[in-house]
Amino acid sequence: MDKQIATLAEAVAGIPDGATVMIGGFGGSGSPIELIHALIDRYLATGGPKNLTVVNNNAGNGRVGLAALIAHGLVRKIVCSYPRTTHSEVFTEKYLAGEIELELVPQGTLAERIRAAGAGIPAFYTPTAVGTDLADGKPVAKFEGRAYVQERWLKADYALIKAEVGDRHGNLRYRMTARNFGPLMAAAAARTLAQVARLVEPGGIDPETVVTPGIFVNGVVQVPAPQQEEDLIRAGARYP
Amino acid sequence: MTAKLSNAQIAWRAAQDIADGAYVNLGIGFPEMVAQFCPAGREAVFHSENGVLGFGAAPPAGQEDWDLINAGKKAVTLKPGASFFDHADSFAMVRGGHLDIAILGAFQVAENGDLANWSTGPQGVPGVGGAMDLVHGAKRIAVVTEHATKDGRPKLVDRCSMPLTGLACVTRVYTSLAVIDIEDGRFVLREKLPSVSLEDLQSLTGAKLHRDGPVADLIVPEL
Repeated sequence: MDKQIATLAEAVAGIPDGATVMIGGFGGSGSPIELIHALIDRYLATGGPKNLTVVNNNAGNGRVGLAALIAHGLVRKIVCSYPRTTHSEVFTEKYLAGEIELELVPQGTLAERIRAAGAGIPAFYTPTAVGTDLADGKPVAKFEGRAYVQERWLKADYALIKAEVGDRHGNLRYRMTARNFGPLMAAAAARTLAQVARLVEPGGIDPETVVTPGIFVNGVVQVPAPQQEEDLIRAGARYP
Repeated sequence: MTAKLSNAQIAWRAAQDIADGAYVNLGIGFPEMVAQFCPAGREAVFHSENGVLGFGAAPPAGQEDWDLINAGKKAVTLKPGASFFDHADSFAMVRGGHLDIAILGAFQVAENGDLANWSTGPQGVPGVGGAMDLVHGAKRIAVVTEHATKDGRPKLVDRCSMPLTGLACVTRVYTSLAVIDIEDGRFVLREKLPSVSLEDLQSLTGAKLHRDGPVADLIVPEL
């Protein structure tokens, strides 16, 4: 078994028009910038993929990574909890111009919908958003006298995530708070592609410290010195 | 103009009620200041939605590690005993009743405990983050806020007019003038600034302030 993919371009080559793509990260922390940029490269060279639905906690910052993906017009819809951040001008402009659709989901509900998809649970009840605008039209039921909202799983065709160490079986370990949505998205997508700073042989990660078991991962591509979105934004970077 | 507490002083007062050993989530922005004022000798463990328990103060400028941030996407440091986890576990801690207290900001708080703190209305780009999750699950939900808006309108109201974050969730409000509990659908005044009369406080409050025993002086250090 060898899930290594030689290049970033090969890793993102199969993502079709209209795909739902989960992208790991919370702000810049855990954002797979190089995989996103490879997708933009492919789009600029071939005109595809387009009309993507992207699932992320945010909606991109500055002019790199997810924000660049949106700026170049690959994204039709975004599913996220907090699109309004300090440097989210790209999304804001597209949203106010009616050029991108937004599905706003409370952060814990977003996480649980993704987790549920990976675990084969089509729906669940949560207290989050009961009685608020974000529960409009959703079934409500009482359990032990308290109201809960029904939420549905959130699946994806692809997940693009970032980890610190990976092996050829796809086992992953993350770095600090860069873990965030990675393990959930890995399980929820039909195909999960992970960029890893260090690629090791099977056995190179202590099984006790594997966070995402390789069964959830389809491809691993090595990016030895990954860029940090925050550093790029501070440098005023723009991709490409 | 009535004398009132600064945000730091409101945060200080809220911090005095955090028990030793408490697991605490602080909302983004002003509520984050509470961490600076935890009384000596009490150890609280701070939770951040993005997957860390036991984080500490910001690192010196230039020493940020952008893989170690809080929910406000600011760089933080770790305290001994810290742990990392994914977003599903993080919100299991939130909704599962494992946090002792969440301290949040507010646009409006109603006397029945309803909270509005995520949206000012349909204009612009909406964003909810973890606000709607946090108001369910923590054993206590406290709010830190100015007592009234900049133009003098009450933020403590009989019924929220702004979009709700959660129903009947707030249990205590620390304002720039007073400390008020929410009990049985009523505001119960616990402490007020000695320089503010009951009448003036009531006039700046959008619902009746009840009294249940003596009202203590709200005494806070210069900060």
